[in-house]
Amino acid sequence: MSQANIKKDAIQGPLYERAKAQGIETIWERAVSQEPHCGFGTLGLCCKNCNLGPCRIDPFGEGPTCGVCGADADTISARNLVRHIAAGTSCHSDHGREIAKTLQMVATGETKFYKVTDEEKLKTVASEYKIKIENRTITDIAKDLAEKILAEYGQQEGELKLIQRAPEKQKQIWRKFFLMPRGIDREVVEAMSRTNIGVDNDYKNLMAHGMRVALTDGWGGSMIATELTDILFGKPSPKKAKVNLAVLKEDEVNIIVHGHVPLLSEMVCDAVSSPELIALAKEKGAVGINLAGICCTANEILVRRGFPVAGDFLQQELALMTGAVDLMLVDLQCIMPSLPDIAGCFHTKIVSTSSKARFPGMEHVEFNEELALPIAKKIVQMAIENFPKRDQSKVCIPKGQGQDLIPGFTTEYVFDMLGGKYRPSYKPLNEAIINGRIRGVAGVVGCDNPKMASSDSHAILVKELIKNDVLVVQTGCSAAACGRAGLLTPEAAFEFAGKGLREVCEAVGCPPVLHLGSCVDNSRILTACCEMVKEGGIGKSLDELPVAGAAPEWMSEKAIAIGWYFVASGLLVLFGMPFPVYGSDNMTKYVFEDVAKITGGKWAFESDPLKMAKVMIEHIDSKRKALNLKPMIYDNNTGVAA
Amino acid sequence: MSKFVATSAIRGAHSLVSEAEKFLDKALKEKGAKAIISFPETAFYLPLAYALFAFEVKELGDISRILSHIKSLLPKVPDEKLWLPYLGSTLDAGIAALLAEEIIMALRYLYNQEPQTDCNGFFSDTVMRSLGIQLVDGRMPGFAAILGAAPDNKTAVSIVRELQERNILTFVGCSSNGRSIIDQLREENVEMGWDTYIVPYGRDTQSAIYPLNWAVRSAITFGGIKAGQTKECLLYTKNRVFAFGLALGPLDDLKYATGAGAIAMGFPVIADTDIPEIKPSGVTTYEALVKEFDYKRIVSRCLEVRGVKVKISKIPIPVPYAAAFEGERVRKENLAVEFGGKASTAFEFLESKDASEVEDGKVTLIGEDIDSVKDASKLSMPLGIVAKVSGRKMQKDFEPILERQIHRFVNGAMGVMHIGQRDMNWIRISKDAFNKGFRLKHLGLILHAMLHQEYNAIVDKVEVNLYTKQQDVEKILSGIKKTFDERDDRIRGMTDESVDTFYSCLLCQSFAPNHVCMITPERLGLCGAYSWLDGKASYEITPTGPNQPVPKGEAQDIKLGQWKNINKFLYEKSNKTISSVSMYSIMNNPQTSCGCFECIVAVIPEANGVMVVNRDFTGMTPVGMTFTTLASSVGGGMQTPGFLGVGKLYIASKKFISAEGGLKRLAWMPKELKEVLADKLKARSQEIGDPNFFEKIADETICTTAEDLVQFLQKVKHPALEMPALL
Repeated sequence: MSQANIKKDAIQGPLYERAKAQGIETIWERAVSQEPHCGFGTLGLCCKNCNLGPCRIDPFGEGPTCGVCGADADTISARNLVRHIAAGTSCHSDHGREIAKTLQMVATGETKFYKVTDEEKLKTVASEYKIKIENRTITDIAKDLAEKILAEYGQQEGELKLIQRAPEKQKQIWRKFFLMPRGIDREVVEAMSRTNIGVDNDYKNLMAHGMRVALTDGWGGSMIATELTDILFGKPSPKKAKVNLAVLKEDEVNIIVHGHVPLLSEMVCDAVSSPELIALAKEKGAVGINLAGICCTANEILVRRGFPVAGDFLQQELALMTGAVDLMLVDLQCIMPSLPDIAGCFHTKIVSTSSKARFPGMEHVEFNEELALPIAKKIVQMAIENFPKRDQSKVCIPKGQGQDLIPGFTTEYVFDMLGGKYRPSYKPLNEAIINGRIRGVAGVVGCDNPKMASSDSHAILVKELIKNDVLVVQTGCSAAACGRAGLLTPEAAFEFAGKGLREVCEAVGCPPVLHLGSCVDNSRILTACCEMVKEGGIGKSLDELPVAGAAPEWMSEKAIAIGWYFVASGLLVLFGMPFPVYGSDNMTKYVFEDVAKITGGKWAFESDPLKMAKVMIEHIDSKRKALNLKPMIYDNNTGVAA
Repeated sequence: MSKFVATSAIRGAHSLVSEAEKFLDKALKEKGAKAIISFPETAFYLPLAYALFAFEVKELGDISRILSHIKSLLPKVPDEKLWLPYLGSTLDAGIAALLAEEIIMALRYLYNQEPQTDCNGFFSDTVMRSLGIQLVDGRMPGFAAILGAAPDNKTAVSIVRELQERNILTFVGCSSNGRSIIDQLREENVEMGWDTYIVPYGRDTQSAIYPLNWAVRSAITFGGIKAGQTKECLLYTKNRVFAFGLALGPLDDLKYATGAGAIAMGFPVIADTDIPEIKPSGVTTYEALVKEFDYKRIVSRCLEVRGVKVKISKIPIPVPYAAAFEGERVRKENLAVEFGGKASTAFEFLESKDASEVEDGKVTLIGEDIDSVKDASKLSMPLGIVAKVSGRKMQKDFEPILERQIHRFVNGAMGVMHIGQRDMNWIRISKDAFNKGFRLKHLGLILHAMLHQEYNAIVDKVEVNLYTKQQDVEKILSGIKKTFDERDDRIRGMTDESVDTFYSCLLCQSFAPNHVCMITPERLGLCGAYSWLDGKASYEITPTGPNQPVPKGEAQDIKLGQWKNINKFLYEKSNKTISSVSMYSIMNNPQTSCGCFECIVAVIPEANGVMVVNRDFTGMTPVGMTFTTLASSVGGGMQTPGFLGVGKLYIASKKFISAEGGLKRLAWMPKELKEVLADKLKARSQEIGDPNFFEKIADETICTTAEDLVQFLQKVKHPALEMPALL
């Protein structure tokens, strides 16, 4: 959401204006001051991989056409892109690694603060890893599973285990074109080595490996993170919750957890309900302790525990501008280094907790799994003790109780949702698609970004999709944005959905937009697509499904990795802004044409959310046509804006 | 599941469960936990609880376990705003409601409160088995359960008549606004019972469990599904049992809860009131809950929603026509005219002719029509029916097969009764049919229409001559008797050795997916309805149909009756579950059964022999099990050495368990069955060189225990006792 639009937002606008009035710089000012952004960077034409350069290619053909080493635009943009993918993949894989490590510590007894909550899921995943289940203790199974998963990180040959969930056709494509990941760390290391000066200079060969790295993320690191988090903390399930900055409380200790890995935030959830800390809060004059989240940590504790979401990536600074946050604790990913400066204007304490992510100006309380709960309690206590320092005259919390939403949908829950205990099935979903009540399924995910001119591209896009009977699934900051817009409620089906989708939502009792969790939980979209293929009737492989994905306001390298693993898996992905390839004609052609011939997946860039919807709907319709599905039952909905 | 429906259904489930709980508490107090509890004539305990969860309820105390399970299924009622998804939990609530209803009805049986007046009450296993074949051959394309009452008697009658015309087996019951359709139909003198396809179950919503716990038994009886395979059971009923609910009158919470249970079983509900519809499919095949206010359209809407395929034969006759009228009798009081039987000379005959000799659609009456019968003391006249058919694929072998259909075809007309065949037929026409304008030419029109409809692959033309003059009938009859004898010889002379091809029958795979019947000249299908010639004809008629020729190929074991090609075919068609089958053995890889068998053969170890029991026999047998109990271990496409499902004519075949020594092993059979087969068995007794063997077969009037049987066998010097040990 751009600076022009943030001012108009009823909840965020006043906080933004407040910052501006007080001379506090936020992301919107910084975004403006970076304009115009570097053209070479935007086009993918600058290379600083060695000291022959930095080099840049003249996009107009009047200056240099290659760098000092001889790399041309194709090589440079491909190398840059592969490095972006590798970086994004590293984030999710490292996240998965931390969870796997914790599972191992549970099994070996090195930590007592975690346990296997979902034993059934442990057994399911363990059996995929060919681990013996019968007559074995949960601890033994967990130990083997953690070991096998951690070994996959260092695996040199063979194939990842969870990628075997994909339909046969996808696996054949990946094997045929050497896209099948061999080991998680290996592919990332190889990406870094190939993009070094004088190694891989063929953009096609580079991009093939880029896809292999991306697949390592989706079907490796991210999926491991999702599955093991479910095992440790339980699978999410639908629950009532609230979103937006109004969830902060004037009379309670406000603690915000921000970042991604839920290992500490889960402990904080436990800590805030501990009687002695609640008593302490009361002693300090608060009514209670209010825990809310920002970014994907918010999503993790939202979908499993029902804690409210204060905001997404773009609201992290605005949350501090309320003056009501007594403590914000962060771990890693998407955390602005500007936070300590803003916190400094208020009483707010801001604490970093990961050894991998330190921020100048933040107090550091290092998290470790062996002492997880005591550390969480210590941090909560710090927050409580900071509460009396809050200057109520500086407090400015948006009015209201926060917007309602129903989050917590998973691949597994869809079975129960559609068939109860005894007839768990995807059939009603598939049949709704086959019969033309639901046009298809769209994933709308990703970050938010002040570069995006449109007001609330997530909500505009999603409303247009559901109006056209497309069921939407969401993760990450995009889900929070649509949550704020009221789209994640069952009532939204009556207000915004087309008649066919509305009939299904009415029959099932679900919202037309399903919140699947954090950004690693994009892996749930992959597994849900696999279940749709397995149920049958809407395509024998992922590339045949009438589905599409979008990240309207992407900004992180993680989004590039996610986008590429969906495209490599055969799906259409639409980005609201291009990633840097336009400087190379060959790379542009590769992205828009060649890749489709390899994986069946497709890329599209489009910044107008209504046009995004049109592209996605046309893609879904083309898949419906290829599958010879029935015409939409109610196709008199208003069409998509041209 | 709209939220309104979900809310009502969940509320209804709560109330049914609490009713069941209170009733159980009372019964436990009054009768004690050890009191025996069961429904009549079923081997499946409380069938729904048994099928879905393998709960074997034998004593009152066993019910507590179901109840605690049911309670774990009861969800909360959805919130007014910001509700959580409710479809799954409503389906669970529906199952809970049905289980609670089943408990309530079982307890009522314990207190002798069931069946209700003029109602069938619980449907026995026997009824299900005997209907088995009709379910799959299209004669009975579906089931309706009507709940409530129509706005007036006339509408009630017209709805059930319409269902009858389409051969839908219709269960009627429940009430709305204090009225039940049962009483509406009674007041209009509608004949109700299994023969007329209209079966009253009970007047309250709780009793609607009867059709449902009847339907679920088919999954374990025919489907080869084991008790406790919950999802498989529910998918079986959805995919294979074409049932639907028709709710007449306003719906309350209990009906919504029962409806949710029906929907969980895959059965849609159609209502005549303004209810919220549930159109998305997936739980049901098409819509789950729909409304239809137009009573003229309501039946066809039901069939459309359930996807019932009905062949409606619009036959140009003045009375309704459908298989549902087959079981109807024309009694003396209502008799207009009769032919054959003891009343007059009559016959029916079908022969194939060259195309030039047959004028299609022509029906000629030679002699007077039935209007001429005026004398109330002698309401009969002679009748000769001669049907001439031609067709490029018509064969002499098909003549008797087509001729045998005259019985069924004529019976389908409302108010016309047909019994017997050839020159032993007996036809009655009722006063009602006569008054509606039914005359003799209509018999010809029926034969013309039905032969075309069912046998259009082999029949191109049909012409019918009807003779009513005594001298004509006698003359023609004397000429065709020779043909009857020739036909008998042709079939009798046919042996398994004389042919190189057997015929498969996969008709029942629609409900017993792993079962394959192999039909040989000397072993007819176990349902008794398909002989080798029928299989052959059926293949000619529908080359891609359920009956396929299977060349025997190389013999693997001639004594057991195993051939290489036959085994290969069976393996493939049984979904690779059965690798070898002996055509002539009960002990060594015996043939499997779908569940429609006419009789069960079972080894009696003490007697070193076997017994046979037919499905109409409800009493105890020397193996200590009734037919129903035996049947539950034989069906579903499983091989069970020592047990065999057979057609009753196979008992008189030379190939009857010939691997184990054949007929000489037969030690016991019900008297009724023995009488039916008496001529044939006596002839076979001669053939096996023991002319008195027929008298050595015991029946229930002699003994019903193995101990008494052995004594009897010793007394009559039964050959089985001297034969090599069976086990």
